[in-house]
Amino acid sequence: MKTALKTFALAAALGLAAVSGAAAQQVRVGFAAEPYPPFTSPDASGNWEGWEVDFMKAICAEAKLDCVVTPVAWDGIIPALTSNKIDMIVGSMSITAERLQTIDFSDKYYNTPTAVIGPKGVDFEATPEGLAGKTIGVQVATVHQVYANKYFGEAGATVKEYQTQDEANNDLAAGRIDAVQADSIALNDFLKTEQGAACCEMKGNVKDDVDILGAGVGVGLRKGDTELKDKVNAAIKAIRANGTYDEFSKKYFDFDIYGG
Amino acid sequence: MSDQTVSALALTELPSKRSFFKPHRIVLIVLAALIVFSVVWFMRWDWVPKYSGRLAYGIGVTLLMLASTSILGFLLAVPIGLVQVTGPWPLKMLARGFCTIIRGTPLLLQLWLLYYGLGSLFPQFPEIRNSFLWPYLREAWPYGVAALTISFAAYEGEVMRGAFAGVPKGELEAARAYGMSPFTAFRRIWLPRAVHRALPTLTGETVLQLKATPLVATITVIDVYSVISKVRQETFITYEPLLLLALIYLCLTAILVVGFRWFENHIPTRGA
Amino acid sequence: MADAGSLINWSLLALSPPGWGGVLLAGLWQSVQIAVGGYALGLALGTGGAMGKLYGGPVARDLLEVYTTLVRAVPELVLILILYYAGTDLLNQLSAALGYGTVDVSGLAAGIFVIGVVQGAYSTEVLRGAIKAVPAGQIEAARAYGMSPGQIMRRITIPAMLPHAIPGLSNLWLIATKDTALLAVVGFSELTLVTRQAAGSTKAYLLFFCAAGVLYLLLTLVSNVLIGLIERRYRRGMAEPA
Repeated sequence: MKTALKTFALAAALGLAAVSGAAAQQVRVGFAAEPYPPFTSPDASGNWEGWEVDFMKAICAEAKLDCVVTPVAWDGIIPALTSNKIDMIVGSMSITAERLQTIDFSDKYYNTPTAVIGPKGVDFEATPEGLAGKTIGVQVATVHQVYANKYFGEAGATVKEYQTQDEANNDLAAGRIDAVQADSIALNDFLKTEQGAACCEMKGNVKDDVDILGAGVGVGLRKGDTELKDKVNAAIKAIRANGTYDEFSKKYFDFDIYGG
Repeated sequence: MSDQTVSALALTELPSKRSFFKPHRIVLIVLAALIVFSVVWFMRWDWVPKYSGRLAYGIGVTLLMLASTSILGFLLAVPIGLVQVTGPWPLKMLARGFCTIIRGTPLLLQLWLLYYGLGSLFPQFPEIRNSFLWPYLREAWPYGVAALTISFAAYEGEVMRGAFAGVPKGELEAARAYGMSPFTAFRRIWLPRAVHRALPTLTGETVLQLKATPLVATITVIDVYSVISKVRQETFITYEPLLLLALIYLCLTAILVVGFRWFENHIPTRGA
Repeated sequence: MADAGSLINWSLLALSPPGWGGVLLAGLWQSVQIAVGGYALGLALGTGGAMGKLYGGPVARDLLEVYTTLVRAVPELVLILILYYAGTDLLNQLSAALGYGTVDVSGLAAGIFVIGVVQGAYSTEVLRGAIKAVPAGQIEAARAYGMSPGQIMRRITIPAMLPHAIPGLSNLWLIATKDTALLAVVGFSELTLVTRQAAGSTKAYLLFFCAAGVLYLLLTLVSNVLIGLIERRYRRGMAEPA
């Protein structure tokens, strides 16, 4: 019977390896498996679209990489990178000192301020005093979660953490929370939707804190994967220089998303 | 779900302690001790003290969820089981349909349907926000409690149906012969006998319910699972928090099993 | 506000874009693939496990006891998280240690592996119970006839235990189909996750969650019909359960 057991174990292991072994040297690009317009969102035909998808395609073409999109849950995207399920993260991930302890980043590819939105008809400012006593929604494992806990949570706000940005927005529209803190572009995009326009408005940008909010968004990479990092950095530089970056950005924004 | 399947899915008995000191077991125990030692020694556990308070709170929420939804679910299961045996046909169909639908779809989907589906209705019906229920509808836990209760009621409702149907006819006839009104007969004979018959399945169903509770973390309820997720996000440690979480659930299951065993031993005439 | 009819935009479910019906069906297909694969892997593990638990040596027995105890005491969600990350990681380290470099585990294979390991523990218990229900005398008689263990297995044990195993195994299949939903939490594009994405993108939460519910329910009901047929076939010659 023990041989039977071993055979089963072996067959199972081989089965797994066989399914997977054949692939060539591909680069698996991790996206957060959730709608995050206008950066990455799934469309009705099962493809991904948005500014960051165009960006990913541009750098993969530039660096001649065979990129495969691999959706991963946002709160598990760093473990997915470190445990080798994906090779890079293109997920609007801010470059912060905290994350740099675990993973590596390319140079930044965009940088935008952080903002707070709230329901119409309720006046408050995006400051610790303005949000005291309110419930503020953020996405888990983001810089916004850290920031909101530090500045607003300390000042008496309740911070509620959501798996996806979309769910935080939805609960704001439902009236379950009083405010949402996130990237200003993503929030502006939400305010342009029917649901967002009906319920909510911009309350303003939060005071910057580079230590927490980071100095821009970069491609997340495994530590020690310098070959890929060099390729990605060179590609970012190249698409910035040859106009590709501006070209696809114009489709989405009427301002310079790259930031200062 | 048959009793046999439940016990295959949920731990209902602790491994018996047939002598621990057979030679091969001593070797295995030494090996296990080595593994535990290297896990403790080589992996990172420095975060545990910092989060211990929150972990305790999370375990409390998990247990509260488990206890409240199991009790509420069982109370719901009694009428669901009863009408399937004796009710008028519209109620019978309703109860049967309820059980089929709940048991035929994933709990995660039901939970999201309740929380996000209902949530998406609120902006369209402003009256809801002015109702006295609004302070509760704002929170996440009522939806978690509702979904878990409904699920427990559907699974246990099937068990209760079998239990009601299985009470020997003679006992009910005897009750009638004593001149008991139908309600008295139900209260004194049918219900207690059916509950007795269903009790042995409760251990398994409750352990299954415990195993279902972490799903509420996906709708922002802060249970022990969600505390561990937070640890993982804040410390960027992948495995250690999950191992601790598995250990916590293992202990909770063991406590449940021991507790139910104690109860069963203290209730006379169990089963029949 | 508007009446209920206008609140529901059925065209969102259309099979081709801009409807999301096609995406949902693709998700359902992924779920079914994982459920079938995981269930089959679970059956294989379970057969081995049940044999090991009943006839294996003391060490195999104890190790299998640890396996089934752990899986039955820890929530599937937690097991899935651990296996999903650790499984790939270990496989990679193993192949790196053997000098093969990193292996690329597809999401589908990882999903099947995860569901299979969980199902394996359940089917071990179901099959063990079923095999134990086969009267020992029948097996002894077979042995007395000089049959080899393989022959006994094929001719006596399996046919005799199947009627006992089928109810439990069919429940396990239904559970496998529903457990695939948990892979949504690790971001695998099965039915529940694509439903959530579709709902989030269109804001038609109720519509999409109900539609996915109907798909799961159909899967269950179709399975029930098939299970009924299989059960009838293998219960031939058995007394109807009272």
